[in-house]
Formats: sequence, C-alpha cells, structure tokens
Amino acid sequence: MILVTVNGEPRQLDAPVNCAELLARLELAGKRVALERNGEIVPRSRFPEQMLADGDRLEIVVAVGGG
Amino acid sequence: MKPHENLDPLVIAGKPYSSRLLIGTGKYQDFAETKAAVEASGAQIVTVAIRRTNIGQDPKQPSLLDYLPPSKYTLLPNTAGCYTAEDAVRTLRLARELLDGHDLVKLEVLGDPHTLYPNVVDTLAAAKTLVAEGFKVMVYTSDDPIVAKRLEEIGCVAVMPLASLIGSGMGILNPWNLQIIIGNAKVPVLVDAGVGTASDAAIAMELGCDGVLMNTAIAAAKNPVLMASAMKKAVEAGREAFLAGRMPKKLYSAAASSPTSGLITPSTRSA
Repeated sequence: MILVTVNGEPRQLDAPVNCAELLARLELAGKRVALERNGEIVPRSRFPEQMLADGDRLEIVVAVGGG
Repeated sequence: MKPHENLDPLVIAGKPYSSRLLIGTGKYQDFAETKAAVEASGAQIVTVAIRRTNIGQDPKQPSLLDYLPPSKYTLLPNTAGCYTAEDAVRTLRLARELLDGHDLVKLEVLGDPHTLYPNVVDTLAAAKTLVAEGFKVMVYTSDDPIVAKRLEEIGCVAVMPLASLIGSGMGILNPWNLQIIIGNAKVPVLVDAGVGTASDAAIAMELGCDGVLMNTAIAAAKNPVLMASAMKKAVEAGREAFLAGRMPKKLYSAAASSPTSGLITPSTRSA
C-alpha cells in the first residue's frame, strides 16, 4: 500500500500502480486530463510507464469554463 | 465568411483568424448556453481555465470540450486565479500538455483578489519564462505603455491591455494610454477586460485595436446570446470604421453637408 495525495486529498493505493491505472481507478480513463507528479508534468504517453511512489503529490487537471 | 473578412484577418503568431472577437467561456448558466453564445459571437478563439478535476464525479457527465471541441475552436488556456509567476507558468505547462502541445496561451497574473488588477511585475517574469519555453503568449496587462512594450520585447505574440477592471463593465477608461500602446506596438493589441456593452467594443476597434477579448459582457447580459451577436457586429463595425478613416472632429464647421445655393426660401441676413 502506498499513500499519495491527489488534488489535495490523501489516497491509499495498492502498489505497484502506474498513472494509467490510477486514472482508471478514479474513473478518469479516456478523459482529457493533464497530470503533474511532484511538480513535474507526466506526458500522457508515459501514463502506463510512470509508477507512483509513496508520498507522491499528484495534480490532475481539466479545462473548464473561464474568461 | 464575407469576402472582405479574408482581406483583413487578425494574425496572431503567424496564423490568420477572420474573427477579431475572442470570448471567454466562464460565468454561463450551462454548457449549452456557452456554446450558443460562442456561436452567436462568431469567435474562433475562446479562453478556458485549467482546474483540478472533480474526482468521484459521474464519468458520463459532459465536459466543456464536448461542447467546444478543439477541432473546431482554438482553445486559449488562461491562468485565471494565479497570483504568482510560478503558478502561472505551472498552469500553462499543464495546459499545453492537456491540449496536445498547443502552445498559444493567455497569461494573466493577478495582484489583488478584490479588484483582480494585474500584477505586472510577476507577469513580466512569467512571460520571460514562458517565451523561453516556446509558448506563444498573449499577455493580459495594465494599460501602462512601458509595461506593454516590455512584454512585447520579451517576445509575447500579443499584448492585451485592460479597458477597465475584469468584470466591471466600465468600458475603456483611458483611451489615451490605449492609443499610445497601439502606436508603439508591432504585435497585435487586443483590449481584454472591462468591456460592458457593444459600443465599448466598437470604440476599442475604432481606436485601432486589433481585437477584443471579453467574457462578462456577454455572460452577464440578460440575454447572452443576443449580446454575443451584438458584440460580433460591434467589433466588425468598429474595425470597418477604423479602416475607413473617420472624419476629423472639430468644434464647429461652416462646411454644411448640403448645397448652400438653390434654396427655395431667400435667406435674410441681419444687418
């Protein structure tokens, strides 16, 4: 088990887990999102390879209405 | 598209656009209204904000991009809500990834949550970083002509001075500064923020602006779709008036528009 923070909220995850699997578990698979892990962007192409580690801080963002 | 629109495109970072009206997608009742307003406005470039996704939300719920697909519109990610250069840069890096590498972005760094006045110091810093990373930056700024020129020199592809405060609807408060900025600029100048109604947009274009960006003026109108249509016409009318070259203003003019001879009533002159 690892403990990560996703959008400011703590989450416990069964390890090993990569970014693609995380998004799937959050029901975000196939949605247009961008992901930042510990301040660095993880390109979409690397979602299946990038493993998550205990203590990771993740930001998952989307485009919303704004001026 | 009318023939004359092809001859007078708005060119941003080398790409031509026939619409000189850019609009935001915030503050609408729902996505359907957003889409209807965008269509009525004729805008080709629309701004979007970048925010944390709601986790646990129904995955079948539509998203903004379902209504405004990137295939049809140029989505311009903004940095609304950013108060530091660092946050603005981080946000736009995420936006570029989100939009498959599209790097035309709107930079805004705010200085104050009450007035939403821009923090030009951090804006300059963020602009330097972003330009160095290959972004094409359209930068929201104050109507300070020195700052506007500095942002252009840093490499921003468009400079966007405010007409008045974001969401205030006060229209252009300082047309003189705007004229100075326009006169000094070699990149497009777009008025961004403070437009309230159609005449404000027309005046901006008459002053020589290359375009107008607005959100609240449309979204907060009682009939947003109708206002969007008004704004489309206002920007076109103002642009044509600018290109037509207006008559000079004079205190008075003895040059009547109608002939002074051939009057049917003899004129009496006082002694």
